[in-house]
Amino acid sequence: MWQARRITPPLTDEDIAGLRAGDRVLINGVIYTGRDAAHKRMSEAIERGENLPFDPQGQLIYYVGPTPPKPGQVIGSAGPTSSYRMDPYAPILLSKGLKGMIGKGFMGRDVRDALVKYRGIYLSAIGGAGALIGKRIKQAEIIAYEDLGPEAVRRLVVEDFSAVVVYDMYGADLFKEGQSQYARMA
Amino acid sequence: MRTIHTRQITEMIEELCITANYDLPREITESLRKGYETEESPAGKDILKQILENERIAREERCPLCQDTGTACVYLDIGQEVTLEGPPLREAVDEGVRRGYEKGYLRKSIVRDPLIRENTGDNTPAMLHTEIVPGNKIKIHVMTKGGGCENMSRLAMLRPSDGRKGIIDFVVNNVKNAGGNPCPPLVLGVGIGGAFDIVATIAKRALMRGVGIPHPQPNLAELERDLLTACNNTGVGPMGLGGRTTVLAVNVEAYPTHIASLPVAMAVNCHSSRYKSVVI
Repeated sequence: MWQARRITPPLTDEDIAGLRAGDRVLINGVIYTGRDAAHKRMSEAIERGENLPFDPQGQLIYYVGPTPPKPGQVIGSAGPTSSYRMDPYAPILLSKGLKGMIGKGFMGRDVRDALVKYRGIYLSAIGGAGALIGKRIKQAEIIAYEDLGPEAVRRLVVEDFSAVVVYDMYGADLFKEGQSQYARMA
Repeated sequence: MRTIHTRQITEMIEELCITANYDLPREITESLRKGYETEESPAGKDILKQILENERIAREERCPLCQDTGTACVYLDIGQEVTLEGPPLREAVDEGVRRGYEKGYLRKSIVRDPLIRENTGDNTPAMLHTEIVPGNKIKIHVMTKGGGCENMSRLAMLRPSDGRKGIIDFVVNNVKNAGGNPCPPLVLGVGIGGAFDIVATIAKRALMRGVGIPHPQPNLAELERDLLTACNNTGVGPMGLGGRTTVLAVNVEAYPTHIASLPVAMAVNCHSSRYKSVVI
């Protein structure tokens, strides 16, 4: 059976050491959002020596651009976006203390190397399950770059947000392992 | 001649943008359910279960299936016996998109200049295709297409000698390389022939054929079956985590081509394969 374990950021090196590719996790507590445009601005802020919109120490960043909330909703649909577009930005954030990213699809060699070097994890959520995932988000607040609309940086409070560890700090790759297990010759 | 006011087109497109984003086509849901029942990978099965749960929530609670509510791809098949009156067609279509995306609480995902990248704020303009067809009706198709899967679509100008095998290799390699990015299980539209522009257009339109309707031409129906098997043998599986359910359907469309050419295009749609049509 595929059992899930709960994790709550901020995560320590010990927390990360205990997570392996293939583990299913339920994230609780605070996570931060950012996608293409916000990452461009955050990396420019780092270049200028400025502070980031949040302290990345031990945190997870979720690659998402939600739909607008309907009246009475905290947030609209909020599934993950493709992570490889953040490849140019992820290693620098990991070097600043970020402990992991949540998205979908593969990330590049440099990112996987940075996860090993800085002790981090990459998690896949279920792309296209935006309505379901939106329900796991209990609070949402824009903390930076409001002009970017769906791409603004948000602070989310989540409850049992489901994700799978794809790349761990040991260099394992669930995509590669999982796919080779179910591939068949013609 | 029959006169149709373009206001009617605006109203229909407004409605289609919303309902396409809330209600997954029935045949897609059924195909996902079948995938859930047959999937061998425990992780894949769990993902398919959550995808089906997501479909139910969106339908019952009237909210978007996916946060990427897409580019509004609008295809108008306009009967040649129709006269249009009212605001220009292009404006009427964009007004429908504008209203639908606002009223339906859908995400606005279009940037005006692809390099400056400033959001247009209302999800316009639509990607509009018009075709003049026989008759006195207008058929409106709206496909709300996510960016993640669109980015994994590919086109190649093969050599005629590459033939059937070249096409299969092209499609299968692209599915493998795309991995979890386009949100598998996928629907694929494969265009063969025509020219650089036509092949992409027929591939993308083929996505709206849905699942379970083979091409009427036997050799192309057979190619669809072979492509489906080969794609599912990649082991990519739901969200790329490994499994047997990678592609729900491959829809091939062909078009006459130049003696020197074998164009092939693969349009990729995610498991949240959203499209809807109406006739006025």
